[in-house]
Amino acid sequence: MNNSPHVHLPISVRVIMLKVLLALLPGIAVYVWFFGAAILVQIALASTAALAGEAAMLKLRGKPVGLFLSDGSALVTAWLIALTFPPIAPWWLIVSATLFALIVAKHLYGGLGQNPFNPAMVAFCVSIIAFPALMSQWPAVGFTDFAAQMRVIFESQSAQDAVTMATPLDALRTQLHTPEARATVAGILGSHATFGNIGGKGWEWIALAYLVGGLWLLQQRIITWHVPVAFLGVLATIATVFSFANPDSYAGPTFHVITGGAMLGAFFIATDPVSGATTPRGKLIFAAGVALLTWVIRTFGAYPDGMAFGVLLMNLCVPLIDMGTQPPVFGHKDDKRGGGVP
Amino acid sequence: MMASLFSFKGGVKPASHKDESAQVPITLAPLPSRLVVPLRQSAGGMPLPLVSAGQRVLKGERIGAPEGNFSSAIHAPTSGLVVAVEPRMLPHPSGLSALCVEIEADGEERWIDLVPVNYETETPDALRDILRDAGVVGLGGATFPSHLKLKPGASGRIETLIINGAECEPWITCDDRLMRERSDEIARGIAILRHIVSAERVLIGIEDNKPQAIAAVRAATAGSEGVEVVPVPTRYPAGGERQLIRVLTGIEIPYGRFGADFGVQCFNVATACSVHRAIDLGQPLISRIVTLAGNVERPGNVEALIGTPIDALLKLAMPKADTDRTIMGGPMMGFTLPRTDLPVTKAANCILAASPALFPPQGAEMPCIRCGACTRACPAELQPHELYWFSRAKNFGKTQEYGIFDCIECGCCAYVCPSNIPLVDYYRFAKSSMRTLEREKAVADAARQRFEFRTERDERDKAEKAARLAAKTAAGRQAAEGPGAAKATAAPTATQAPSAEEKPLTPLDDRKKALIAAAIQRIQSQKTGVQPKNTDNLSPEKQAEIREIEARRNKVRELAKTPPEEPV
Repeated sequence: MNNSPHVHLPISVRVIMLKVLLALLPGIAVYVWFFGAAILVQIALASTAALAGEAAMLKLRGKPVGLFLSDGSALVTAWLIALTFPPIAPWWLIVSATLFALIVAKHLYGGLGQNPFNPAMVAFCVSIIAFPALMSQWPAVGFTDFAAQMRVIFESQSAQDAVTMATPLDALRTQLHTPEARATVAGILGSHATFGNIGGKGWEWIALAYLVGGLWLLQQRIITWHVPVAFLGVLATIATVFSFANPDSYAGPTFHVITGGAMLGAFFIATDPVSGATTPRGKLIFAAGVALLTWVIRTFGAYPDGMAFGVLLMNLCVPLIDMGTQPPVFGHKDDKRGGGVP
Repeated sequence: MMASLFSFKGGVKPASHKDESAQVPITLAPLPSRLVVPLRQSAGGMPLPLVSAGQRVLKGERIGAPEGNFSSAIHAPTSGLVVAVEPRMLPHPSGLSALCVEIEADGEERWIDLVPVNYETETPDALRDILRDAGVVGLGGATFPSHLKLKPGASGRIETLIINGAECEPWITCDDRLMRERSDEIARGIAILRHIVSAERVLIGIEDNKPQAIAAVRAATAGSEGVEVVPVPTRYPAGGERQLIRVLTGIEIPYGRFGADFGVQCFNVATACSVHRAIDLGQPLISRIVTLAGNVERPGNVEALIGTPIDALLKLAMPKADTDRTIMGGPMMGFTLPRTDLPVTKAANCILAASPALFPPQGAEMPCIRCGACTRACPAELQPHELYWFSRAKNFGKTQEYGIFDCIECGCCAYVCPSNIPLVDYYRFAKSSMRTLEREKAVADAARQRFEFRTERDERDKAEKAARLAAKTAAGRQAAEGPGAAKATAAPTATQAPSAEEKPLTPLDDRKKALIAAAIQRIQSQKTGVQPKNTDNLSPEKQAEIREIEARRNKVRELAKTPPEEPV
């Protein structure tokens, strides 16, 4: 390149993606510790499917396969899919969901940088609508026998009650919504020792590990504070208000923030730059919207976790949010609109 | 007193590489045998050549006159013989040619008679004229004529004078060395500038990575009331005029406005130095300090005459073997020279020898992932990625709406872009496309106006011609048949219906036609009354002859009006 600038920071899309993958490692490690190595198999399945799907689409679209395959973006999508799916979901589910994410949600929209929707969340939503039972089949705490897990994943052996259980979110949703049950939040969460102290035994530690990875991304300036703070803040605020008003029917803020996909979503999913808002104010609005939708769907919706739907719905609003939140340009702070020639 | 500092958003911190060339004192570049002096070296109009080939010139003699007030004079950098006044390639990214004066040095360096001026006894207007005629322009790189910046703007008065010694671009140290070695001259220049605008205070902004320069300028300005040296945090582009004004005063000057409108104005330290020389010594601007750095054995700074071939300077610094190109300016905003035999201009603050090892080529351009690194780096607080999408889509209206003309092309966005997108190139493309469209539109508008005017004129001419003809006809007929016959003869012409002539006229028709004919005749006689004819002052014989001819003509006309086929 003969035009200025002639110097550049040694940073690339690949470095960014690798750092995101690196930041996921603490969470994955804790995941393995509590729920066995099945998640590693799922990650491997998703990664293979993602790279295959990406390579095929790049070839079809006449793009340089090696260059784009090595950018790491497909792997980030694959890992996020694996981490949001039940670790004992059948192999074909995660493979087809990943292929759908890469082929439809990413490449049919124009590939890297062009997809309006978060591909991992598209995969999640498609799967939970198509296979609600399989997507609710979460392993029970203590079900860490690798051979048994493999049988469930690869031989489509219907998972036994002994090895699966409802997540705390699921339990709250089904039991609170049964009128005759007269259940309370405290009662439901207290009824299972495996629900742990806050967000489910094991899950709360995984969430904390995601938090560690997320804070490192923040420190590395891969993400900004806006999305995690606005998402967790708004989610906690809404939960506080409702649980304060009626603690029997509404779970509290710590539960909402620690459980389900909240922490992973706050730092790794809602922060996706491609499908998210880009202006500082826009990021706050985007994340607040995701938090609100997540809480509403968790509390009143038909699906156990609302994060994925929240993200996709807010993805739809991104062009509008960005347009409406353009910050003022240097020297035009008093203008009505930011930029433009005087 | 320490001025409280403001800050500008964004910016980057590239490796400075200033130590290499900042260690050695400024040396005088040897006099080249031939110098090529471009006539246009500043914003504004093209100076007119005052010399022609074969003419002898003295050092400091004016060879280019400023065209109007909005440009600056050009002078012979040395004494010698003008060998050519012709277009030559300029050291400019475009690689375009423009009128240059080539001088063969005689080696005697004979000056013109220098006329120093005591600035304290001169009016600001006179001093501004001297600066214009001495060719003093901004030496920070933009080469804007200094006399224009010294005019009070909309605010009526320039209260704060900013002296820019930030020098934020990596590698460049010409201002650093100048401040260390010639701080007294800078101080005198500042005093003159301050006198011209009667500024209350002077803030000299120097990046805090130049402690020696700060100390030297502090020492030189110690005695002056209201002059303060302010170390500013080292962050590119702190030396951008708008950024420095923001840091020192908190004032943000938008695109398209001058600092003077806000009561503040900014001059480079080297400009201050040349102001001192122009006023106190009477010397026009014929040389500047140039940093020679990059992939060279002996980096340093030289004082070079304007017009010195760049390759001659580069040789002084001894470029290494793997040098593959030469950059004029710094690595953030400089451009690759198309050739190295081009002359040093007033804008040439740095000549960088580049090698693939020093400035490694970028990786392949990837799609934008909207990561926002560019936004965080942009000192103009733009959304570079949005501008990129709009530029790419040639949606120029949107680029303007998102403030593309506020972009100062500092290169911060492209410096941090993880997708290796040459963002500034996209903005340059959008800006130049818009300027081209604007020009084309202006040309098209002018053409349309010309066409419309011509059509209108043609129609007017036609109408006038027709009126003249009709008047002539009527006058001829009247003369031939007497005033009483006017009604009868005019009737067929008015109806223009050949078949009607053959039919017997009804009394009503006749009356109507007679009225119409009378009206037409009134109009025609009015017109003939207005237009003088060349048949007025003729002898009675001639007039009779003309009448005869007109009568014959009329007969022929009437004949021609009857259709070829006979009515049934």
